[in-house]
Amino acid sequence: MAEYNTQILICGGTGCKSAESDEIGNVFKDLLNEYGLDDDVQVVVTGCFGFCEKGPIVKMMPDKTFYVHVTPADAEEIIKEHVVKGRQVDRLLYKDPKTKKSVSDSQHMDFYKKQIRIALRNCGFIDPENIDEYIARDGYMALGKCLGEMTPEQVIDEIKKSGLRGRGGGGFPTGLKWEITAKVKGDQKYVVCNADEGDPGAFMDRSILEGDPHSVIESMAINGYCTGATKGLVYIRAEYPLAVARLKTAIKQAREYGLLGTDILGSGFDFDIEIRYGAGAFVCGEETALIHSMEGLRGEPTFKPPFPSESGYLGKPTNVNNVETYANIPVIINKGAEWFASIGTEKSKGTKVFALAGKINNVGLIEVPMGTTLREVIYDIGGGIKGGKKFKAVQTGGPSGGMLTNDFLDTPIDYDNLISAGSMMGSGGMIVMDEDDCMVAIAKFYLEFTLEESCGKCSPCRIGNKRLFEILERITEGKGEEGDIHKLRILSEVIKDTSLCGLGQTSPNPVLSSLSHFMDEYEAHIKDGRCPAGQCKALLKYEVVEEKCTGCTLCFRNCPVGAITGERRSVHYIDQSLCIKCGVCFEKCKFDAIVMV
Amino acid sequence: MPRIKLSETAIQTIREVCASFDNQEGELINVLHKCQEKLGYLPAEVQELIAQELNMSIAKVYGVVTFYSFFTMIPKGEFPISICMGTACYVRGAEQVLNEFKRQLKVEVGQTSPDGKFSLSCLRCVGACGLAPVVMVGEKVYGRVSPQQVKQILAEHQEGCMREAKSA
Repeated sequence: MAEYNTQILICGGTGCKSAESDEIGNVFKDLLNEYGLDDDVQVVVTGCFGFCEKGPIVKMMPDKTFYVHVTPADAEEIIKEHVVKGRQVDRLLYKDPKTKKSVSDSQHMDFYKKQIRIALRNCGFIDPENIDEYIARDGYMALGKCLGEMTPEQVIDEIKKSGLRGRGGGGFPTGLKWEITAKVKGDQKYVVCNADEGDPGAFMDRSILEGDPHSVIESMAINGYCTGATKGLVYIRAEYPLAVARLKTAIKQAREYGLLGTDILGSGFDFDIEIRYGAGAFVCGEETALIHSMEGLRGEPTFKPPFPSESGYLGKPTNVNNVETYANIPVIINKGAEWFASIGTEKSKGTKVFALAGKINNVGLIEVPMGTTLREVIYDIGGGIKGGKKFKAVQTGGPSGGMLTNDFLDTPIDYDNLISAGSMMGSGGMIVMDEDDCMVAIAKFYLEFTLEESCGKCSPCRIGNKRLFEILERITEGKGEEGDIHKLRILSEVIKDTSLCGLGQTSPNPVLSSLSHFMDEYEAHIKDGRCPAGQCKALLKYEVVEEKCTGCTLCFRNCPVGAITGERRSVHYIDQSLCIKCGVCFEKCKFDAIVMV
Repeated sequence: MPRIKLSETAIQTIREVCASFDNQEGELINVLHKCQEKLGYLPAEVQELIAQELNMSIAKVYGVVTFYSFFTMIPKGEFPISICMGTACYVRGAEQVLNEFKRQLKVEVGQTSPDGKFSLSCLRCVGACGLAPVVMVGEKVYGRVSPQQVKQILAEHQEGCMREAKSA
């Protein structure tokens, strides 16, 4: 490998890629060539840095300068100033929102200070398409240690001692799962990686696969060694083309290095990995459904037991873990179970990756120790609510989870606390909502999702959720009836109790949790015909306040449907029969002369 | 629905795809992925042929095609528009953006405009939540889209075709 004095790391995560980070990389390469610096400076496209809000991000190594919101046009200045003259480009540095001062090292940013990166350890540090960079950061050392120095039982014991629990949402102890699969007798066993991330608003697994695919490959091989499986399958969404491409490259490289294939590292252990494509079905995140989908069938779940560990893919013992769970394994082997178990809470060890999004200042991918409070996540790391609005709730666990309000801000995040708070860990989506979000509409949004994604196999989920959705729809349209709340509650309980799989059993959670925390909003919709958050359009009207209207015509000019009439310098009017309630006039008016009623 | 006559090349393509997976029933999803990639969509006639090749019932093939949202039986427009309806985009106003697209194009989700130019669909989480709400037109990603920008996004592509038509 050539030696470079400077490296320019460019975030190649989906968020930054969507904002032209590829183009930035190309411009850098062209310019370096032009300046004759290409032997001296290397451009590396890495995985997600996590701080998506500030993307595209460019990091300079070795001095760790962290540039934010970089555009292709900024590349020349960075080269001329930073690379050639050694001077930072101040206007591209992150500005601390409190002190307004520039911060050049990410370690000193509030966003990163409270994070501990285990699963995301390599994301944003290495070129995910280069196995040597993974190896340089202790990659495949854990596999070597397992094959060379440890028996399968010792490895499983280490994982058990670490206290690692499944990061896909369920929280089942990982070591125990491995042990069960290992103990079941079978001529052929399988290791499956569940990369079917379907939770809307979550992108943890995808970021790991895009940023550090080898960590998953290494762990799957370790699992194969422990359980006696020789074949690994990664079930990944076809909608993640970048993750698929990087995983394919990584598998190919691992084969070339003899880290996959026959007689790995001379140990006599054989293991190889294939990719299976999902085709967009949320229920396939459920392990039995996932297995059916891999078999080429409709992804419908089946009753457990038998568990996949006993009878899974093609009826053979199959160990299913999710991407983030696997990404933790090599670190546990390298640093030891004790080290891992020292992080976190009593029953939830290690860290958890969250996709922090919604009405928050710092949208991004974060990894925090278990036991961190929601307040720390939202206010310290997340930088508070966007636009100085009031925090209302945070949804964890996606469509299967619940809403956590102000009362839970100081609850330490772990599996058990979230469940007792009426939500769940889920795969790690964390959506922050502010005072403008109507909780009835949010519950309806999740139900609409469940409705689309219900596989239809069992009637409580298929029909029950449809009825729940219809009631919620009626309420948001101002047609709520006395007794609707009672119906919602009863029906939710029935669906919870009688559905076959995890998707159905948890599908009414957004309804139940919004009912218990935001009953006043439901009542306002039903009894007063009013949406307190001003989100439900049917319950909302825009009107001009005559005393305040100056007749500037701004609203008239911006109305997309021509519903506003009025002459310059005279009061304007909104024709309610034409108004589509898009709210443009409300946003544009500089005199607060348009109100929502 | 009127029946489509598959061209000889299409028939050949489908047969080759099936053969590349050894005509194995268990490879159905992979076969469908490949066929959709090559043909753009999976109308009934394609499904019939696949069923025949893999020696399974058409009902089973249809069952799988309709189960997964990735598979489509309707041809996509020249510029497929996908609006991200992940929760992050939703709370940042994706619904208003979607409604504006529906209004401008006069089509519902899952439909294609009569001129075949634009098709409208929703997807769940592009993974670019920092840019929410996100709209994709083909491979191009538009971030922080407001309903007011919809007209311009559509115009961009309409102009594109007009320019291409002229230069051709």
